[in-house]
Amino acid sequence: MKRYLLSIYQPDGEPPAPGDLAAIMRDVDAWDQELKAAGAWVFTGRLHPAGTATVVRPQNGRPLLTDGPYVEGKEHIGGFVVIQAPDLDAALEWGRKAALATTLPIEVRPLQD
Amino acid sequence: MPTIEGVFRQEYGRAVAVLVRYFGDIDLAEEAVQDAFTEATRRWPETGMPPSPAGWIITTARNRAIDRLRRESSRQDRHAQAALLLAPDEPVLEGPVHDDRLRLIFTCCHPSLAPAAQVALTLRLLGGLSTGEIARAFLVPEATMAQRLVRAKGKIRDAGIPYRVPREADLPDRLRAVLAVLYLIFNEGYAASAGGRLVREELCAEAIRLGRLLAELMPDEGEVWGLLALMMLLHSRRAARADDHGRLVRLAEQDRALWDRDLVAEGQAIVRACLRRDQPGPYQIQAAINAVHSDGPATDWRQVLALYDQLMAIAPGQVVALNRAVAVAEVTGPAAALELVDELDLGAFHLFHAIRADLLRRLGRTGEAGTAYAAAIALAGNDAERSFLQSQADSLPHH
Repeated sequence: MKRYLLSIYQPDGEPPAPGDLAAIMRDVDAWDQELKAAGAWVFTGRLHPAGTATVVRPQNGRPLLTDGPYVEGKEHIGGFVVIQAPDLDAALEWGRKAALATTLPIEVRPLQD
Repeated sequence: MPTIEGVFRQEYGRAVAVLVRYFGDIDLAEEAVQDAFTEATRRWPETGMPPSPAGWIITTARNRAIDRLRRESSRQDRHAQAALLLAPDEPVLEGPVHDDRLRLIFTCCHPSLAPAAQVALTLRLLGGLSTGEIARAFLVPEATMAQRLVRAKGKIRDAGIPYRVPREADLPDRLRAVLAVLYLIFNEGYAASAGGRLVREELCAEAIRLGRLLAELMPDEGEVWGLLALMMLLHSRRAARADDHGRLVRLAEQDRALWDRDLVAEGQAIVRACLRRDQPGPYQIQAAINAVHSDGPATDWRQVLALYDQLMAIAPGQVVALNRAVAVAEVTGPAAALELVDELDLGAFHLFHAIRADLLRRLGRTGEAGTAYAAAIALAGNDAERSFLQSQADSLPHH
């Protein structure tokens, strides 16, 4: 089994309207249940908005702190799930389901053994 | 009597595909197959060619791969030890061998690889082209192409891209990607922006060879046959497409005696079989259009227009609309065609200006035609097209 990181990219700013959000959360929960029932789930991390991040950089041997996130943009990682799957196609199938459930783009990336 | 080079062209992809199944490692498979061919060039001139050259190559490559793995596993390499455990006692040549090449095609054309990497891997692993040959065909430095191949193989390994024919539900999308790669290879040869003519014709021939292989492996897929027929019909005109000065010759002015009759006949027979099958798709319709062009002493433009209407219905697009307008010009007249062309947003495409220029010329709007020819010449990608367009522009009547 290989492990894959599924990163969920979220637009910054206001969340979807409450009704839409409830429907999305229902779909995401169903995906989460399916993942766990299949024995493919390893770890989930849900993140606070990107504006809460701080970046630490090495600078002349001393850490330099700046207001985050690291990459400027309109979308940032909103959460991530580590799964295990036999190969990339299986991982991409979980990614496909996650994209449909969250209505967001998902990056699927292999973890080193 | 086949030559070693002939066996290489014919069997390289098969041997690599079998070895990848055995050992699950593309680099190891490639090295072992190359070792086996090196051994063959040493041995065969003396011993003569074995009864089954492919079987000999695969068995020799398997043994070489196991030798390599033994050497590495004695250095405590975990992967080598694991691969050695999986190594089969005797290679099996029947049955699944066909599927091995099919699996390898789908691995090479996996959507998680960039199109340029898909093309390079397919030519390298299935076509047996050297890195240098692929680099020359695509006009990039050999080091760049080598790096592209290393990265792509690294991604296959690290991301766990499977070596498998996709499941039914994914097959239509995945097959489309494979066909797109073969057509890219063909088009690079057919309409290459530059590069030596020989390399380019070899690319076309290679794309057709891979198309034949795919059709043999997936005989029920109409679009596979459609693409094969399309490439054959286009390639059949290669000797007539340029004049003695290397200038492009348009279809209507080509010397049809120069067309490759066998290839035309084969392509047309496939198109007829596709019509009987009646599962039309974009490649099959484009093949049918080219079959009409290849039929008789002149093109039946009404049939061509009807086929473009069908193509627009299932695969609408600006380039299709542009090509359809060319048929409209022949059936209805240049004024109707120009109206259609002027609605398109294809200003960055040299053929848009070339076709507009031709329509304007036919309508006697010489000044505008000259401007359009100039725009086409500025955007054209190769000398054959540029000199054709220049000669068209030069032949415009002066005021």
